[in-house]
Amino acid sequence: MLKIEETTVVHDFSPHLYQQFQEIVKRYPVESAKAALLPILHVVQAEFGWLSVDAMDKVAEYLDIQPIEVYEVASFYTMYFLRPQGKYMLEVCRTGPCCLVGAEKIMKYIEQKLGVKEGDVTPDGLFSWRGVECLAACGFAPVLQIGPEYTFYENLTEASVDQLISDLTIKANN
Amino acid sequence: MGRKLLLEHINVPNINTFDVYRSKGGYAAVEKALKTLSPEDIVEEVKKSGLRGRGGAGFPTGMKWSFLAKPEGKPRYLVCNADESEPGTFKDRFLMTKIPHLLIEGMIIGSFALGAKTSYIYVRGEMMPQIRILEKAIAEARNAGFLGKNILGTGYDLELYVQPGGGAYICGEETALIESLEGKRGNPRIKPPFPAIAGLWGCPTVVNNVESIAAVVPIIRDGGEEYAKIGVGRSTGTKLISASGNLVKPGIYEIELGVPVEEFIYSDEYCGGIANGKRLKAVVAGGSSVPILPANLINKTINQEARLMTYESLSDGGFATGSMMGSGGFIAFDEDQCIVRNTWNFARFYHHESCGQCSPCREGTGWMEKVLHRLEYGHGKLSDIDLLVDVSRKIEGNTICPLGDAAAWPVASAIRHFRDEFEWHVTEPKFCLQRNYGLAHYADPLPKPEPVAV
Ligand SMILES: Cc1cc2nc3c(=O)[nH]c(=O)nc-3n(C[C@H](O)[C@H](O)[C@H](O)COP(=O)(O)O)c2cc1C
Ligand code: SF4
Ligand code: FES
Repeated sequence: MLKIEETTVVHDFSPHLYQQFQEIVKRYPVESAKAALLPILHVVQAEFGWLSVDAMDKVAEYLDIQPIEVYEVASFYTMYFLRPQGKYMLEVCRTGPCCLVGAEKIMKYIEQKLGVKEGDVTPDGLFSWRGVECLAACGFAPVLQIGPEYTFYENLTEASVDQLISDLTIKANN
Repeated sequence: MGRKLLLEHINVPNINTFDVYRSKGGYAAVEKALKTLSPEDIVEEVKKSGLRGRGGAGFPTGMKWSFLAKPEGKPRYLVCNADESEPGTFKDRFLMTKIPHLLIEGMIIGSFALGAKTSYIYVRGEMMPQIRILEKAIAEARNAGFLGKNILGTGYDLELYVQPGGGAYICGEETALIESLEGKRGNPRIKPPFPAIAGLWGCPTVVNNVESIAAVVPIIRDGGEEYAKIGVGRSTGTKLISASGNLVKPGIYEIELGVPVEEFIYSDEYCGGIANGKRLKAVVAGGSSVPILPANLINKTINQEARLMTYESLSDGGFATGSMMGSGGFIAFDEDQCIVRNTWNFARFYHHESCGQCSPCREGTGWMEKVLHRLEYGHGKLSDIDLLVDVSRKIEGNTICPLGDAAAWPVASAIRHFRDEFEWHVTEPKFCLQRNYGLAHYADPLPKPEPVAV
């Protein structure tokens, strides 16, 4: 389980962000607005790249629930980052079916290529990587995804990983 | 060629748009349902079809619908389970990407049949692209008058929303899914009460898999009896099979239930055989949770009958020599694969995904992972193998939700069928790091068992 980072980071929520919250809350009965928590956390993470304590507290205040109700959810689910990540987080499937066709090799290759261990950030702040569990694409393995839009890359080879990393580096520097 | 009910138009350009879907006869089943059938008629048709839940448990969908409580003054909900995370399963993602309106059409019919006025599609959070696709398709359907107030002038109102998960396999379990949809951790609930009585926000709720809901469309369009004509015995209709691993053509196939397993693996219509000219060593036939079978038990049952892709035939032989249909995640292992390594990988998966509420599952999955890790890396003892069997037995049946069983079965079955490969990891600790055990005798024909006198 992930630990909540003690931090003094402050994340200001824009009116646009609150507008998105309002749209989400409309989907549920008024007395059950807590159901908006997971989708709201996704929107917040897409905005800031991770969930700071400050951001989670603001979400709690908005939904009129206790901060602990937000922390316990944010720490239960694997998609929420409780500390900053690289701009591009490469999430490679490491589960059985993908390993039958070379997922472990691809993970090793990515580790070597980026020069950082699983979960760490490259010095330029651009990349992180980690192994994740079955992404429901086992027939197109090996696969990886990149948030916040969860763009998907299938049938990975060392060459396609090289291409991807160079494309993303160019994109980030422009 | 087998009949296609779900993927018939899958290759039509732009079938993901409302207009093209509609031009191919889409939404005709909704018109038929809302204008000419009562909710009870629809449930009856689904019962007649014999459709069994495609999420893994195989429970008859029509029966599930008929169990829904209908207390006065309480809303009822239909929730679609699009959490798809069972290793080896990738059909729901495909369906939602390629033909989202099929799911939406099924959701409208199902919601009408159950008397739901608000319904949710709970999609695993990583499927953000699919969430966008569904949201767009919902907007199109609403513009065309198939969602919202007074649908097609029939007086029926329905709102349909997409809810993202947060990344947790356990949220595929229906009560964990409901907890998650309510904005909480995905901890499965103790049953009873079942969701049919007290589900989402304490209201009567039906949870169905994406494919089950999609299958309702052809059932209502053509009638339950037509659907039931396809298949064998209690395995009716068509099923999406996700084929992965060492196959020439991995991918998603819609099969008529009853296709022989051998044909599915080797014919060019389906997987086209084992990749790179290798030989088949093992198959996990229904997603990572079901027992693994060696090659010599997959094409034929222990009684030397051809094994078929049906619920009954895949489980023929019970736990001793059979497996299960599960979610239809068909994983093929070639002769170069290490069963110990794969079993360790699956155990790691279940340990990672255990929600931690029950000690047998929380602790047991961790032990199994640890013991399998040391076996895989040549540090194990022979007694570890029986220890694994013992731990798996202590988990099985002693937990709140079936994840415990799902974690125990792959380990127990791997040891049952591949015990000598596990032993080899102990007796040859150096070799096992350099090479794999190989095919060994796992594809050798089995002798026909002597009839047992009763
Ligand atoms: C650990 C676990 C994970 C599950 N994952 C899924 C899943 O991803 N998708 C799914 O449809 N059903 C899943 N199920 C089965 C559901 O609990 C439920 O039986 C199913 O959604 C019912 O739909 P159906 O009757 O249409 O199959 C899972 C069950 C368990 C125990
Ligand atoms: S069996 Fe495992 S996953 Fe299921 S409720 Fe118990 S601890 Fe949680
Ligand atoms: S195992 Fe990797 S996508 Fe399923």
